[in-house]
Amino acid sequence: MRQLWLSAAILVANVQPVLSERLVLSLSNERVQIASNFVGENLVLFGVVEPDPGKTLRDDYDLVVTVAGPREIMRTRRKQRVLGIWVNVGSREFVRVPSYLAVLSSRPVAQIANADTLRRLQLGLDNFLLTQRIGSDLGDTVREDPFRAAFVRLQSEHGLYRQAGDAVKFLTPSVFRVVIPLPANVPTGPFSVDVELFAGGAMIAQSTAALEVIKTGVEQYVADAAGNNGLLYGLLTTLMALLTGWIASVVFRRD
Amino acid sequence: MPVNVFLVLGMGLAVGFISGMFGIGGGFLMTPLLIFIGVSPAVAVASVSTHIAASSFSGALNYWRRGAIDVALALMLLSAGIIGTATGVWLFTTLRALDQLDLMIGLSYVTLLTLVGAFMIYESVLAELRARKGMPATLRRPGSHNWVHGLPLKLRFKRSKIYVSAIPVWGIGFIIGFAGAMMGIGGGFLLVPMLIYFLRVPTATVIGTSMVLTLVTMASATVMHAATNHLVDAILALILMVGGVVGAQFGARTGQKMRGERLRLLLGILVFMVGMRFAFELVVKPDDLFSIRHVSNL
Repeated sequence: MRQLWLSAAILVANVQPVLSERLVLSLSNERVQIASNFVGENLVLFGVVEPDPGKTLRDDYDLVVTVAGPREIMRTRRKQRVLGIWVNVGSREFVRVPSYLAVLSSRPVAQIANADTLRRLQLGLDNFLLTQRIGSDLGDTVREDPFRAAFVRLQSEHGLYRQAGDAVKFLTPSVFRVVIPLPANVPTGPFSVDVELFAGGAMIAQSTAALEVIKTGVEQYVADAAGNNGLLYGLLTTLMALLTGWIASVVFRRD
Repeated sequence: MPVNVFLVLGMGLAVGFISGMFGIGGGFLMTPLLIFIGVSPAVAVASVSTHIAASSFSGALNYWRRGAIDVALALMLLSAGIIGTATGVWLFTTLRALDQLDLMIGLSYVTLLTLVGAFMIYESVLAELRARKGMPATLRRPGSHNWVHGLPLKLRFKRSKIYVSAIPVWGIGFIIGFAGAMMGIGGGFLLVPMLIYFLRVPTATVIGTSMVLTLVTMASATVMHAATNHLVDAILALILMVGGVVGAQFGARTGQKMRGERLRLLLGILVFMVGMRFAFELVVKPDDLFSIRHVSNL
């Protein structure tokens, strides 16, 4: 029945999107600054569901908010016992995967839409595309794959990957609020926020927002120098070491 | 990585105290301690290099004022030491790319520390027994020559009053530079016995000269690790340095009140135990068989 309604809507609207609702989003902070006292921050995303003029609000909205941090290359290693000691034997490279990934929804994603829809829209940690280098190929594996499962688990233990089925709260039937937790070790760079509105198991509206995490002050300088200008950083660090050593030898001089 | 500043400062003080007491750099204790509290072995090795550069510079300045450094010998050791450091940093980088760095650091520590520790315990127990029987505590072998003295390319080092082949000098310099870059140790606890045993460097110049080698290899290791692997943590190194130099002052005073053999026995036990701790880590099944390594940003 739902499928029928959808196809009918497509026919009527022709190439126009079928979306009859609009999402209006507002982030509490679009530029998160990390200084030396940064212990993590909770961002708040507010949103309003606006129905088309002449239409009324439905009462079965569901929302899925996916926040993805800057992409990076990671490697997951697995230890095995070799001659009595534990050695990294196997490894799998994860290519262009988000350094931070939060899937926040109004209900557990599995209850919001069917498995096919979730997979197609990459909603949920199990369905998000985590590209891996397998032999000469790039591709994602099933969620039960030991390396994929370990990767998601370890990232979750570091607070970098998370999924919460009760994070999106509707304040009124059309106004919602979601807290995006950024941990102390949050990576810096551009973050994307994708919001999908569901009703009756189908996606009916989509919107995106963006935010940026930047380091400020001394942290910025030290991190930049260490990453971009390693030689200079090394020389300055050595100079600092020599200075400390010299001060010590003068202060504690015993003659 | 979040590490408690006061814990690291306390560790710097404690290791500084021990290093001042025994007259060593303390890298072989500092690096393992950092690894045991959860700093990644790669960052620990790279940052402790900086810490040792500071403490050996402070020591070298003191010996320089007393004229207790053999500059010619130090330069000869250094020429090979820097090559050793570069080789060590290269191997470090290669092993890291192969995901075997942590294992190799662990294995190197087990091998080196258990062997050196066992030898030191054995030596000092023998000396203790000799002292009980009323014999001189240390065996002195004046003028005795070993195979090292038969090697060609002989050079005269006036300050130390020795006449030795350049080959063992280069060999020792290379080994210390290499081990320093790979393991985050200054190598004083290896270098001083090697210089005494193989080259017969007199006690007057041995410590000062070894500190110059440690200073230069550790300073160049810092620069090379920072330039190639981006692993040096300057803030971590600074906290270690401050703790280390202060602790060393108190340690040195305590050390002067103790007998040499007793000190060597204590140091030997300490070295051996750190080695065994590494062996334990390698043999016991880890809590998590999986681990993640950050390769690069995009």
